[in-house]
Amino acid sequence: MIAIVDYRAGNLVSVKKAVDHLGFPCEITSDPGVVERAEKVIVPGVGHFAATCALDDSGLRAAITNAIARQTPFFGICVGMQWMFEASEEAPGVRGLGIFPGECSHFPPEVKAPHVGWNQIEIKDGSRLLRGVPSGAFVYFTHSYRAPVVAGTVACCEYGGAFSAAVERDHLFGVQFHPEKSGDAGLAMLKNFCSL
Amino acid sequence: MLTKRIIACLDVDAGRVVKGVKFLDLRDAGDPAELAAAHSRAGADEIVLLDISATHQNRGILLDAVRRAARQLFVPFTVGGGIRSLEDAAAVFDAGADKISINSAALADPALITRIADRYGSQAVIVAVDAKRLPGENGARWEVRSAGGRRPTGRDAIEWVREAEAHGAGEFLLTSMDRDGTGIGFDCELTAAVVNATSIPVIASGGAGGPEHFVTVFQEGRADAALAASIFHFGLNSVGELKEKLRAAGIPVRWPC
Repeated sequence: MIAIVDYRAGNLVSVKKAVDHLGFPCEITSDPGVVERAEKVIVPGVGHFAATCALDDSGLRAAITNAIARQTPFFGICVGMQWMFEASEEAPGVRGLGIFPGECSHFPPEVKAPHVGWNQIEIKDGSRLLRGVPSGAFVYFTHSYRAPVVAGTVACCEYGGAFSAAVERDHLFGVQFHPEKSGDAGLAMLKNFCSL
Repeated sequence: MLTKRIIACLDVDAGRVVKGVKFLDLRDAGDPAELAAAHSRAGADEIVLLDISATHQNRGILLDAVRRAARQLFVPFTVGGGIRSLEDAAAVFDAGADKISINSAALADPALITRIADRYGSQAVIVAVDAKRLPGENGARWEVRSAGGRRPTGRDAIEWVREAEAHGAGEFLLTSMDRDGTGIGFDCELTAAVVNATSIPVIASGGAGGPEHFVTVFQEGRADAALAASIFHFGLNSVGELKEKLRAAGIPVRWPC
């Protein structure tokens, strides 16, 4: 069973609908016990980085950390991916998981923020998450803060400079865009994750 | 490069699509779920479903249409019409919408924008603005209308979009009442004025009569997206055909999808 972690950050119906459509059993849950026992964990999330504080307070952070330590595949989406970095300018003092180094920052003033719409991603070879998705594929973004390009970056997007569109290390995956809203390319990535 | 979005709009009355239905060779052209999926396959970047009757009697029918449309839709899906409270919005989100569009209710109570944005994020809240040009010589000005464009509000469109953005709006769906249904082109002056006044994306609507109007509203109006409700009435078979023409004119679009 795939746990879709509910920490009151936005609408999780779309993520569940996409996983259901792909034929994998999943459950929206805020129960740390369910998250710890899950075969895979998805942390979606829209809105503010500070919303991830709810993960700390509810025991979900510990459950997720334990699951990750036991090699449970983990997938962060949007703010869920930003949370895999150390911190974000959006909520100074709120601690991310620190799986990837660096801090998320606001887009520079030369470009309109939020970055909303379909943009192309440049994909590095060898990603398990992005297998079968061609470089240059269009995916749907909606965000005002972006994660830096790091060693674990497997796809970049250009908007006011390059930022991490997808990150990956071992069994840990994150995407800034919304795979559940990115047509066939997004479904292919979700399927890659769910099939691990 | 961030592309310009083409958004297919379905106007729904009592659970059936009532406008923009001349689609390819679909037998049941009036079914919102079928049309939403067909538009998505044909290259629409997003789907908007507007409940134009929006009465409480039709609420159940709307939610059923939303649920059925959402099931097979993996591009952003917006639902509007008659959303007056956080509870109304929650029901629509639970049925599978990614964004809601509010208009009259936001004018009556701008804090509603904030309440929905706090729960679902600003990106999920589109404020629809129906603007009508005011006569006068001191430069162009537009008045906001409510109740589907019927009721003048006395409010300046530019002031209203600034206020709505401050309350947490994530995007604007801007319709020119003067151009709507005319087919003579979008009001690029209005669009550019709203784009200049705000930092969030602006979806232009009202007046499209051909692909060249989309080129103009992206270039001169600097719109981020454009709504195509009755595109099939001006000689194009699909959103894909429109996008091919836009691409040929140098507009960045998601194509092929």
